[in-house]
Amino acid sequence: MKIKFQNLSKQYEPEHVILNPMDFEDEVHTLAVIGPSGGGKSTLLRIIGGLIAPTTGKLWVDSDEIRQNEASLQQYRKTIGFVFQQGGLFRHMSALDNIAVPLEQVHGYSRTKSRSRALELLERFGLKEDAGKKPAALSGGQQQRVAIARAVAAQPKLLLLDEPTSALDPEYTTEVLNVIRELKEEGMRFIIVTHEMGFARHACDKAAFLCEGSLLEYGESAQLFAHPETEQLQRFLGKLLEWNV
Amino acid sequence: MKHLKQLFWISDNNGQHKKISRPAALFNLLLVAALWVALFWFSLRTIQIRLDFTFLGEFRIRIWNGFLATLGLSLFSLIFSLLIGILSAAGQSSSVLFIRFFCSVYVKFIRGTPLIMQIYLFFYIVGTAWGVSNRFIAGVLILSIFEGAYIAEIIRGSLLSLEESQLEAARAVGFSRRQTWRFVILPQMITRTLPALTGQFASIIKDSSLLSIIAVIELTQTMREISAVNFRLFECYLFLGILYLCLTLPVSLISERLERRFQYEN
Repeated sequence: MKIKFQNLSKQYEPEHVILNPMDFEDEVHTLAVIGPSGGGKSTLLRIIGGLIAPTTGKLWVDSDEIRQNEASLQQYRKTIGFVFQQGGLFRHMSALDNIAVPLEQVHGYSRTKSRSRALELLERFGLKEDAGKKPAALSGGQQQRVAIARAVAAQPKLLLLDEPTSALDPEYTTEVLNVIRELKEEGMRFIIVTHEMGFARHACDKAAFLCEGSLLEYGESAQLFAHPETEQLQRFLGKLLEWNV
Repeated sequence: MKHLKQLFWISDNNGQHKKISRPAALFNLLLVAALWVALFWFSLRTIQIRLDFTFLGEFRIRIWNGFLATLGLSLFSLIFSLLIGILSAAGQSSSVLFIRFFCSVYVKFIRGTPLIMQIYLFFYIVGTAWGVSNRFIAGVLILSIFEGAYIAEIIRGSLLSLEESQLEAARAVGFSRRQTWRFVILPQMITRTLPALTGQFASIIKDSSLLSIIAVIELTQTMREISAVNFRLFECYLFLGILYLCLTLPVSLISERLERRFQYEN
């Protein structure tokens, strides 16, 4: 899927720049966005997801320009799946309803069809027994698997994941990353913001390094990790390796 | 010794849920009741009063009517104060400055002044200037204006406690504005406000007693009239208290249960 931005930037107040103007154009299958905290990764992902508007610039996904008016954004969001770092599930709904209600209300599934689709996904992600539980009764890893199930339920053309494992214990991190890898094997296209460098390197085709609001490096994951060009990326990767086993 | 202790203390149960055994609860409740009765009995004996409730039968129809009037006043006031509360909570976050200030001045004025003063003031405004001669209707209006301010704060508080992440998730799954209200904001607000709103209903029931000062014939006014005839002040007011408890205790119990139920969910 082709993703393109032109002069895309985001700033809140004149002095508070999140993203410097950037251009980008490439065919994206699986892309990892890496970089230090506060570098604008989540903001960029939200702009791509149609959740916040850029200050300047234009954005094309699948060669359609994303227009920044609420009506067309709402249509666009239906075609995208979004997984948040945490707290993205509706807390008053069961796991099943979290998946089934949007299917029924947004995507026009019938009640029975939305429930059977939700159950099918929960079963697939090993959550069949937890269908009736509210998010608070699920572990962090289970919550994120439900969130992923909800995001892919309506077969979106692109899945966006914003640090889906950052709030999780290591053992849950693995179970969530495994789910994402499985989705990749089925051909799901996604962009993931992550601090899991192993996953970015081995499970994503492409990687982008975002630092202080600028896109400093972009390329094949294997290449980018093996031969970082900028000093910032070298330093960033060096820090991560410091405590590796 | 251990058994004796269990009768008075809540056992810890190895850090599990603290449990109160049924016999211990019963025993301690009896003890509390006995203490209260003894205290009352001693006080009454000191001032040499002998309670005699037999006259109540004679007035049962008036008392029953007063009881129904209080219930009616409270129910109507609940409905209207909910309306006022919702409107002024919404108004306080309006982007039209006039509406915003109007609502917040209303809430601050009502919450900052005593009900008794408002009853006198509004009775002359509502009753005289607006020409509402029916005291029951005037009473409902005054009480609704008063309680509406408190309900507005309950609702505003729960709106503020809605997390941004829930609204963002609603947008991400593709909900429209209306769907977001219907499937996310309202259900979450209702579970959050219901316990407090139920508690507020108990307050409405109690506060309605003050309407007796403008001679709304509700429960308190009825009892005042009866005691003015037969001078059985203690019996009248004791019984009055019991009747109010009949209304407020179930409401508080429901409120507590709702609170516990929704705590599990969050």
